[in-house]
Amino acid sequence: MLHGLMAEYENATALVDAATKARLAGYRKMDAYSPIPIHEMDEALGLKRTRLPLLVLIGGILGGIGGFSLESWASAIAYPMNVGGRPLISWPQFIPVTFETTVLGAALTAFIGMWALNKLPQPYHPVFNVDAFTRASTDRFFLVIETGDPRFDRTSTWNFLESTHPIGVSEVAS
Amino acid sequence: MAIEQREHLTTSTSAAEAALLSRTPAVITPGHTFNSVTDTISHVVLTKRTPIGWFLGFFVAFVLLMILNMTIGNLLLTGIGIWGNNVPVGWAFDIINFVWWIGIGHAGTLISAILLLFRQQWRTSINRFAEAMTLFAVACAAMFPLLHTGRPWLAIYWLFPYPNTMGLWPQFRSPLIWDVFAVSTYGTVSALFWFAGLVPDLATLRDRAKSPFARRIYGMAALGWRGSAKHWQRYETAYLLLAGISTPLVLSVHSVVSFDFAVSVLPGWHATIFPPYFVAGAIYSGFAMVMTLAIPLRKFYGLEDFITMRHIHNMTKVMLVTGMIVAYGYMNEAFFAWFSANPYEQFMMTNRMTGPYAVFYWSLIAINAVMIQLFWFRSVRDNIPLLFILSLFVNVGMWLERFIIIVTSLHRDFLPSSWDMYAPTRWDFGMFVGTIGLFLALFFLFIRFLPAIAIFEMRTIVPEAKLKTEHHG
Repeated sequence: MLHGLMAEYENATALVDAATKARLAGYRKMDAYSPIPIHEMDEALGLKRTRLPLLVLIGGILGGIGGFSLESWASAIAYPMNVGGRPLISWPQFIPVTFETTVLGAALTAFIGMWALNKLPQPYHPVFNVDAFTRASTDRFFLVIETGDPRFDRTSTWNFLESTHPIGVSEVAS
Repeated sequence: MAIEQREHLTTSTSAAEAALLSRTPAVITPGHTFNSVTDTISHVVLTKRTPIGWFLGFFVAFVLLMILNMTIGNLLLTGIGIWGNNVPVGWAFDIINFVWWIGIGHAGTLISAILLLFRQQWRTSINRFAEAMTLFAVACAAMFPLLHTGRPWLAIYWLFPYPNTMGLWPQFRSPLIWDVFAVSTYGTVSALFWFAGLVPDLATLRDRAKSPFARRIYGMAALGWRGSAKHWQRYETAYLLLAGISTPLVLSVHSVVSFDFAVSVLPGWHATIFPPYFVAGAIYSGFAMVMTLAIPLRKFYGLEDFITMRHIHNMTKVMLVTGMIVAYGYMNEAFFAWFSANPYEQFMMTNRMTGPYAVFYWSLIAINAVMIQLFWFRSVRDNIPLLFILSLFVNVGMWLERFIIIVTSLHRDFLPSSWDMYAPTRWDFGMFVGTIGLFLALFFLFIRFLPAIAIFEMRTIVPEAKLKTEHHG
């Protein structure tokens, strides 16, 4: 089984150019791999903005509500205790804990949400079958057009990738 | 004509830039590529030969760590009576060391989060080990309140919001419970941030490791990271969000620690200056510790290309600024003691300056207010052995500050009949020296098994990372 075709590039510029050309040629199911984040890649591949910030906002709000509710419930319902005549829910003194739980909720959402949306940890992925791919974490750049793409054709896609001036093109076994 | 003018303009700007560059050392020594950066940093970890110096250093740290084990063993068998703190000085080494370690941790978060938001490129080569330093410092700090309970296996039950057998909950109006939330959140978020930053580098190590065992271990830790553009996009968003979240967090943590004191009514503690003054002090001592670690690290592992004079200069300048804020805090304390016209406040200040612990007070002034003025001089900022010694002094000075705040305020209570002196026992010192051992041992393990500098972030600052536009290329 074939996962797709992989082209290897010397630098980020070549990869961005190739990805842009591939998108203009109508390819959609593809991914680029690089040792550094490349901001231009989002546009080249036509990536949508991530939902992560919204999730983090929700996580933070839930954390804050959770912290404040815990304090209020414990102080006013579970064991109401009069401390120096202060109100049972003396909210200004509950703020430090509320703040910390807000931060904790947001941070946990950012961390877990990012890995979950990325579907990591994922121990196996077909791209690792290509030997040259070990350099993807050092100094080489890769573009993979996957077989799932409606325009994918073993020969014409190969020829297309060859036309983007790669170092080499190879098959990715799945 | 127009072209000539434009050419003239560009040459003059580049000349100005060159002049500026010659005075300001580069963030990374020119000439590095993706490959050379990756190779130099990952070699420290992937090499088969561990330097002999590493073993010597680890041995010293390990001996100190064993002192910690011994002290904790005795503490658990005998009880916290082996420590010197007793009424009226009920808080002593346990809180001094707690605040000292937590403060040291703050520089790591400042470097990794706040400087990221301010787009300070120089943070890149020091953020990884500074974050590690934060984690280890928080671990050391956490030992003190935990063991202070005497029965640490019950500490979770006492400290965290969980009702006791009478149905009574912890007091949420108390800064001590705020502290539990602040420090545990801080520890958690620092660990998440640090691990998230490590993952792409773990993937690099996985791909470069020669031994199958190392490849497997790093591979598992790397979570299958493959540098996909889709992943990078979310990764960078998450990284930035974590930085944004950590920024108010780090400011809150030491503010909350200062509330432990400021919310009480004790002269010398009950001061509104405390939160900003504590935060500045934390960053000041933390940068001193980063310096203490960075100077030998860059020397022994040949990382001078990445941790350049620029970093040393900038860290010195941060220490100068935050140190001056701390010195301002001391002035403010003295001024308000006088201005309050409160005899207890005034006595506290006179007692600090002339009482039995005056020698510590004047030592801390000598270090934190006078000695740091040396950092104004470029010749001092260029003198690495001197800076190393000065950074050790700053660590001592900030420890003395916490000693003075805690002990001098407590040992002269409102009632002269309860006055007493405080002296630490050897078990107090055992705990303190032991946590230094724990910190150093963890740090030695860290530099041996994990990349001490963020490789993928260093790759982003070499010229190769810049996209060549059509126009030039």
